Amino acid sequence: MASNTAAANGLSRFLSDLGHSFRIFLRNLTRNKVGFVGTLMILGFIFLAFIMPYFVPAPHKADITKIYERPSREHLLGTDSQGKDIWAQIVHGGRDIVVMAFLTGMIATFIGVSLGSLSAVIGGPLDSFLTTLADVWLTIPRFPLLAVLAGLITLNNIITLALILAVLSWAGLYRAIRAQVFSIKERDYIEAATALGLGLRHIIFSEILPNMMAYIAINFTLAMTAAIYAQVGLVFLGLVPLTRNWGVMINLAWTQGAIFFRDSIYFIMAPVVAIALFQLSIVWMSRSLEEIFNPRLRAGR
Amino acid sequence: MKDENATIWDTNPLSVRNLWVEYLGERGMVKAVRGVTFDLRPRESLAFIGESGCGKTTLGLALIRLLVKTARISQGEILYRRSGRETAVLKLKGREMRHFRWCECAMVFQSALNAFNPVLRIRDQMYDTIRAHWRMSQSEMRERALSLLRHVQLDPERVIDSYPHELSGGMRQRVLLAMSLLLDPQIIILDEPTTALDILTQRTILELLKSLKAEMGFSLMFISHDLSIAAELADRVATMYAGAIVELGLVYDIFYRPAHPYTLGLIRAVPTVTGDFQDLISIPGSPPDLIDLPTGCKFHIRCPYATDRCRQEEPTLEPYGPDHSVACFHVDQVRRDADAIWEGTGHVAAGEAA
Amino acid sequence: MTEYLIEAHNLTRQFGRRRERVTAVDDVSLGISEGEVLCLVGESGCGKTTTGKLLAGLLKPSSGRIRYQGQDVWTQDKESFRKYRLGVQIIHQDPYASLNPSHTVHQILSAPLLHHNLVNGRRQARERVVELLQIVDLTPVEDFLTKYPHQLSGGQRQRVSVARALTVNPSFIVADEAVSMVDVSIRVSLLKMLSRLRMQLGVTFLFITHDLALAKFFAWEGRIAVMYVGSVVELTSTPELINNAQHPYTKALLAAVPEADPNLTRRKKPITLRSQDIPSLRNLPPGCRFHPRCPLFEEGLCDRVAPKLKSVGENGHQVACHRVTG
Repeated sequence: MASNTAAANGLSRFLSDLGHSFRIFLRNLTRNKVGFVGTLMILGFIFLAFIMPYFVPAPHKADITKIYERPSREHLLGTDSQGKDIWAQIVHGGRDIVVMAFLTGMIATFIGVSLGSLSAVIGGPLDSFLTTLADVWLTIPRFPLLAVLAGLITLNNIITLALILAVLSWAGLYRAIRAQVFSIKERDYIEAATALGLGLRHIIFSEILPNMMAYIAINFTLAMTAAIYAQVGLVFLGLVPLTRNWGVMINLAWTQGAIFFRDSIYFIMAPVVAIALFQLSIVWMSRSLEEIFNPRLRAGR
Repeated sequence: MKDENATIWDTNPLSVRNLWVEYLGERGMVKAVRGVTFDLRPRESLAFIGESGCGKTTLGLALIRLLVKTARISQGEILYRRSGRETAVLKLKGREMRHFRWCECAMVFQSALNAFNPVLRIRDQMYDTIRAHWRMSQSEMRERALSLLRHVQLDPERVIDSYPHELSGGMRQRVLLAMSLLLDPQIIILDEPTTALDILTQRTILELLKSLKAEMGFSLMFISHDLSIAAELADRVATMYAGAIVELGLVYDIFYRPAHPYTLGLIRAVPTVTGDFQDLISIPGSPPDLIDLPTGCKFHIRCPYATDRCRQEEPTLEPYGPDHSVACFHVDQVRRDADAIWEGTGHVAAGEAA
Repeated sequence: MTEYLIEAHNLTRQFGRRRERVTAVDDVSLGISEGEVLCLVGESGCGKTTTGKLLAGLLKPSSGRIRYQGQDVWTQDKESFRKYRLGVQIIHQDPYASLNPSHTVHQILSAPLLHHNLVNGRRQARERVVELLQIVDLTPVEDFLTKYPHQLSGGQRQRVSVARALTVNPSFIVADEAVSMVDVSIRVSLLKMLSRLRMQLGVTFLFITHDLALAKFFAWEGRIAVMYVGSVVELTSTPELINNAQHPYTKALLAAVPEADPNLTRRKKPITLRSQDIPSLRNLPPGCRFHPRCPLFEEGLCDRVAPKLKSVGENGHQVACHRVTG
């Protein structure tokens, strides 16, 4: 009985703590107006890419009688060169981009953070080796390399593509994270932790990383935006045979000569604007992430 | 030039009346200066001492109106007098204000390195200052610059062609002094003049300030958290706490006959090196938050003399003895206690010798 | 010879590579007995902080040895090194950089306790944290446990730093300018707390400061070592150093230091040095490092041979100067 009430007390305290943390989280999320708008936009894009496809029928059938129609109630964004609904294409073409952006961002950040912090903390030959490798890596033009790779490997699923994009972008992230870890490593509280014999694992995961979360979050969003451009570029060039994707739409519009017709403005602009807005929302959201991960704002005053 | 002034030496070059300054900080409105009133006398050296966040730097900046954009002088008057003319500093505009800032009242800031433009030679920085206010030929400017560098005991020919980074901290501090004196101001304001300098350099700067003041006859106002600088250099000392002057008096009165519990507390908390070994006592608590000030006397939370009256009513600076004013309801008691504490020790003996 | 708790033998530390190499600490030897307080005094850049970090095992010496409880620190086995590592703690100068901004006071103090199994479980950790906060006078404890460093004042942060050092029950604490950045009115209470720890817990202190007055107050019963450009130039008991300094640099310092007492400070007769320039570590003068400024300079001697620390008079008063003889 007693243990029951204790457990209940513990639970209620845990819940109230959770509620408290959540309120602080919300406050920090909404503190930066731009960041909050960005976050809402991201949520909107996720809704668009994952939920909307259940409500909007896929644009399968072509209809030659309806080529390049202007936006109307029936076709929210008009139709393309084959008479397919553009809005439906936008709705169904977002998932790949969103998934791939997050995936690439995650993998790239993981590689950058692990290599960067190992390099900075351990130092010595490992650090020199990785730094040299990163410097050389950065001189390799990434896009042509991607194009060549696309010829060698069949990049027909987004996971492989995300992995390759992430691996290719490790060097920049590695350098950014390494520099940051170096600056934190010199702070007195790290020296104090060394003197207290707290061990390397504690120092990296409990002392250094929590102070880098804002920085990591920003690099994560940067990796995401870079990945989107890379993917759209590859798809646009026709090097990656993905179907139904905003990049594919631009590619189609391009190959169909849409840029030469005034009527086709919606066909070509819709995916471009979608990509641009998605990028913008990521960049804006990073401002909120900064606030959330800033330890000074965590408890307020 | 100095001789014209000789006839009006009896007028105070600077009078500050009931000055209030507040600025918008991150967490709210900071009441940095609250009703400060004092006179700067001709050729005197007046020290403002207090802990970090007591408003002393804001006060200095307010006098030459170099406050941050978010700050505002909400009340008060700053009167400047030279050659029989009185100027209301707070009414000056643009050009007049810039003229006042260099030619009448110059301020030397805390950080000696950041005050320089790193890509300009000392020469160019000095010429720029002169050119902005006076009409002088190139050779006259050089003459003037060299003579001031000589005054601050630097090798003028060498220093004038140097870049700031080529000079040591002590030399930069001296160049700054020379630059502040370039346009012959009547008042010099120094913010933490010797912090960050090592002891031997600090001593040379202090000696230099004394001789410059004797020679050139300006009034010196300096701001420091370091009591020893005030003991060394000041004729009068103002103790600041929470944006207000709580005690103002002659240096010997402040150090040997303090009448405000905060001044007494500060003196008892600071050790000397070559004096007798004495036990020290620190003031309990910490300095107040200038955003959320306590009611009544701002010191009452840390004060052993605090009574109900102190908690409700803020004492004003009232005269107490000649040339000595205090803002405290318990002056007599503090005075008695200070005497009792120091009775029979070297401290009082030294005081009597004064 | 007395048994020292920790001792340095010919400790030297250099930084940088090849042409940019500077010697921050040059051949420093000293020993500190158990329960003693030794003050390391000197101007910024004289190598006092590096010496402190070398003694605390946070930097490896370029040459020379450190012995802790009789054992050479850098050649001993892993278990002994661990004992040394926890036995020696450091308190930093900057209260705004010495605490991890991401952690609460409780997290900061409980981490070492749990990591080294100094307590049995989280409940005991909490009890010990409460106890430590009481030791450093941060009461009522409940007000501080869940605070983040940015919610505390400078003085309070320094107290948390001290409590953190005490978690591992050290026998030796290096306090590197531990009160310099704290407001004047609260410095003394911090110093008194440290003194109390020395008395009650028997902690030995190396107190590093540029402020002679603080050194005198804190180490009145101990000794002061004066450093100049990487070397110890004078080492003796505090009252002896204050009243009977022998080295010309120490004398110059005492004659120059402004005092918080108008009569005392205005009656000083400053010693005129031959030069105002502090030598750069990159371009050190030969022989005695102080000779270009020294009023006792003797040509052919001081600019050729670097003087060693030697005993003058009684009571182990040591001075490194050719011109000072017993």
